[in-house]
Amino acid sequence: MGATKRGNGVVAVAGVVGALGAGGAQAVDLPADTAEAMVHLYNGGGTKAYGPAFLVRKSMADRVSVSGEYFVDMVSNASIDVVTTASPYKETRNEFGLGLDYVVRDTLMHVSGTASREPDYDANTIGLDLTQDTFGGMTTVNLGFTKGSDKVGQKGVGFFDTAQHWQWRIGATQVLTPRWVASANLEVVADSGYLGSPYRVARVFGATVPESMPRTRESRALKLGFVGDVTPAAAEQGGEPSRRSVYGDYRYFWDTWGVRAHTLEGGYRRYFGTNWVADGFVRLYKQDHALFYSDDAQTPTTYITRNRQLSTFHDASVGAQVTYTLKDVPGQYNVKLDGSYQFMAFRYNDFTDIRTGKAYSFDASVLELAMTANF
Amino acid sequence: MRTAFARAALASLAAALCAGCAMPTMPTIKPIEPWVKPYERERLADPIMQVAGDPLIDKHRDHVYTVREGARGATGVQGGGCGCN
Repeated sequence: MGATKRGNGVVAVAGVVGALGAGGAQAVDLPADTAEAMVHLYNGGGTKAYGPAFLVRKSMADRVSVSGEYFVDMVSNASIDVVTTASPYKETRNEFGLGLDYVVRDTLMHVSGTASREPDYDANTIGLDLTQDTFGGMTTVNLGFTKGSDKVGQKGVGFFDTAQHWQWRIGATQVLTPRWVASANLEVVADSGYLGSPYRVARVFGATVPESMPRTRESRALKLGFVGDVTPAAAEQGGEPSRRSVYGDYRYFWDTWGVRAHTLEGGYRRYFGTNWVADGFVRLYKQDHALFYSDDAQTPTTYITRNRQLSTFHDASVGAQVTYTLKDVPGQYNVKLDGSYQFMAFRYNDFTDIRTGKAYSFDASVLELAMTANF
Repeated sequence: MRTAFARAALASLAAALCAGCAMPTMPTIKPIEPWVKPYERERLADPIMQVAGDPLIDKHRDHVYTVREGARGATGVQGGGCGCN
């Protein structure tokens, strides 16, 4: 039975690849060779997370590109959950990633794996993505799958349970005109196993009780986006590199826990001279609470959580990113510096700050500084 | 008798179809051609027109959202798992 299922899966994948390959495709390119170093910081709501990240990608024999990634999160946590029910703590998360890109005829295959290590949580993923240019290069279709396997632990107890995650994604990017491109992405995620936190507590009749979460979840997210060149004709004729673009997207999310969410993003980019690019963006997010979320439950239920990530809330962001080309030798290499700052405001509707009795809210800052060499 | 009738019906249908094909006013369906030619895509190749941004910056932003918001997925960013919730 297992072999049959596996056989059907291989046939299905082969069929999809075959169907994509039949679309009159153009040759696809490997990702450019690159080396990047970044430092990142998140600071808000009593939580500070920062650390370095590195990415290196190198192609070989024009058909294969190998990449390696290292991401560090040093977390100092004194969030409202921690200060009201536990003690502040510090911990470090290390994530390692390996990727292999391979061109097969007109399809780019990307195989990847990640391993994330925390003192009380291990997470491993393997993934496969296929990208295909078709319709004279005007349409790019991508398909992907990731399987995640986690070990869930608790300080003083050790690893005591597991969680599994399956992610399926499909997307397309469509050239509409010489100036406008549209995109659509759909991702389905299914989870099973221990999906809560052993440290989190809920409230029932004002008393704290251990959180009780369902052991399965399935979610869907659909995102539609666009990017367009809005360079005025006068700027194009002037010969000055002052190109401008606008971009935006909307995502609708829904899951079997009853969470419904809307995300709206938009931004504007433009050159200033040959070396500077500025990007300003806004992001709005809004969600309804999960079926079993309660700030202070007044009836006993099988599942109960006070995880504010599953409450009714909205957040708004405004940010800017500046890119400076430090050195550019056309056809050989370039070196770029990126700096990005984002301000976020979180406002909760049904999560009470038990220290004040008012609805909880907090602001956060997100900072990234990166140096990239493409060669 | 029935077979002969069926053959006659098929022959009539084929003749009608052939006659239809030969009609000069019958519209013909042409395959859709890519309407933006490769030489018209110079603007689209500019870095400010890319849907995806810097990979590490995108990854960090996606991580910030995924850890604090209930929604996830369809962002184009492949994040590793973590116990950050």
